[in-house]
Amino acid sequence: MDHNKKKAYLVNTVAVVALYLVFFLLIQTKTMNNYFVGIAIMTCIMIIMAMSLNIVAGFLGEMALGHAGFMAIGAYASASFSMVLIDSGLPLPHLVILILAMTVGGIVAGIFGFLIGTPTLRLRGDYLGIVTIGFSEIIRIFFINFGPTGGAAGLKGITRLVNFHNVYWVTIVITFLIFTLGRSKHGRAIISIREDEIASEAAGIPTTRYKVLAFSLAAFFAGVGGALYAHYQSFLEPSKFGFMFSIEMFVIVVLGGLGSLTGSIISAIVLTVLPEMLRSFAEYRLLVYSLVLIIMMIFRPQGIFGRSEFSLTAFIESLIQRKNVKNSIGGGEAS
Amino acid sequence: MTVLSAKNITMQFGGLTAVDQFNLELSANELVGLIGPNGAGKTTIFNMLTGVYVPTMGEIVLNDQSIIKKTPHEIVKLGASRTFQNIRLFKDLTAVENVKIAYHNFIDYNMVQGMFRTKKFWDEEKKAQEECMKLLDIFDMGEYADTLAKNLPYGQQRKLEIARALASDPKVLMLDEPAAGMNPNETAELMETIHFIRNKFDITVLLIEHDMKLVMGICERIIVVDYGKTIAEGTPDEIKNNPDVIRAYLGD
Repeated sequence: MDHNKKKAYLVNTVAVVALYLVFFLLIQTKTMNNYFVGIAIMTCIMIIMAMSLNIVAGFLGEMALGHAGFMAIGAYASASFSMVLIDSGLPLPHLVILILAMTVGGIVAGIFGFLIGTPTLRLRGDYLGIVTIGFSEIIRIFFINFGPTGGAAGLKGITRLVNFHNVYWVTIVITFLIFTLGRSKHGRAIISIREDEIASEAAGIPTTRYKVLAFSLAAFFAGVGGALYAHYQSFLEPSKFGFMFSIEMFVIVVLGGLGSLTGSIISAIVLTVLPEMLRSFAEYRLLVYSLVLIIMMIFRPQGIFGRSEFSLTAFIESLIQRKNVKNSIGGGEAS
Repeated sequence: MTVLSAKNITMQFGGLTAVDQFNLELSANELVGLIGPNGAGKTTIFNMLTGVYVPTMGEIVLNDQSIIKKTPHEIVKLGASRTFQNIRLFKDLTAVENVKIAYHNFIDYNMVQGMFRTKKFWDEEKKAQEECMKLLDIFDMGEYADTLAKNLPYGQQRKLEIARALASDPKVLMLDEPAAGMNPNETAELMETIHFIRNKFDITVLLIEHDMKLVMGICERIIVVDYGKTIAEGTPDEIKNNPDVIRAYLGD
């Protein structure tokens, strides 16, 4: 690791901890009431969902419109698991149960991602989009009719294990993991498929394997997001995981910039907080959505960040540089 | 020693026979040109040799292993890589990243090590960066390492594609019209480059080209195809005076 990278790690760690401390203080002093904490938790979950979708939509460059399906699988699997675990009366701390539940949710969703991805990734573009919609609808209808998880009435009685503190750190860890994935040889292989699949194959990349890998990883992290959602809401109903929810996530990714994780984070924050702020206009939510999208597509079709990432270190450096330039100009005038 | 051989390979698309019983023997360190009029089936031959198409009939052997029904990336691993007629770079990635993608199989860490950034990740990435920079430096492209591929000048893009093909450490390098769209100066430079890499990396080069000056200038052996059949084979001088070749290009 060279000097610059160490500095970047340090700056980002400080920023992450500082942000956490701000929220910690706000929550401790009750400046943020439960309603706002709830929004913050949902925002974190949506950030995870958007970033995981970005692996397929941004890195791999494929249209996947069934992300809510994987989230549903992760949510139901982890909720069933934690309910059984808590019923068994094992004296485990809540954090351990949550971590186990997230792992289970992620792995089950990842397996389904693998199973669905293997046959469908022969398709491309809009065809793949339609097939993924189909699969997520199958998953939703399955849960509506599946008795053991409550069917259409929903799954009740999930222990609430998620609070802002653990969801924040989980989000940070997942952000780190997806970010490093994009900058490893595996991430490069996935991105090369987006750039040119034929050239990628000719460069020696097993493209089919990496497509399935990207799809499974996205499903895995979506499953983790679903697990957090289940253990925050403590109630699951299949209708939540409909087609519109998948579209909502896709919109977040497109708006942030396909392939930009920081873009996903920012647009997830905006598009989760904004509708909450506009609660009284709830009916116009979709109207605003479509309007925002149309305006974006006209003025900035590549999304907020395009494919580039926002770098805190570079930002700080440019601030310092600007100040120095100003100072030297000021000094020049004085002499 | 034969590195790559094709025996009676035939490619039929429905009722059309694009390549008819084509034979090829490439020895180690040879520089062979494949020429022919438009639509003669040259690129189809390339696509069969690199696994894009599976021949309807025939056998292809690379380094003593049959490569029929192997996927393109498996063939790359066995030691044959190629460039494309219309440049296919990873346009939104930098030059060095383009090369690193082809270096993929020599970077040794798994996904978990990559995501958690263990020491192995840093060591291997550092090694990959150095090796790929070395390769770019061979092509005098070190200064362009961090330029996006789409922003490179045309000649540099061609060179980058060759560098990328070399990153997978091939025994046979197949160049599909490397001089297409180049001006005479660039073509001359390219001729030198091809000669140079053949000797430097000790590889066999097979190239398709329309630029006769380039083909006649550097190839030791030339194969002429027309309507999917080999019509002549020999040294540049033999080819120049072959009546069949003249007829194929100019008509009767």
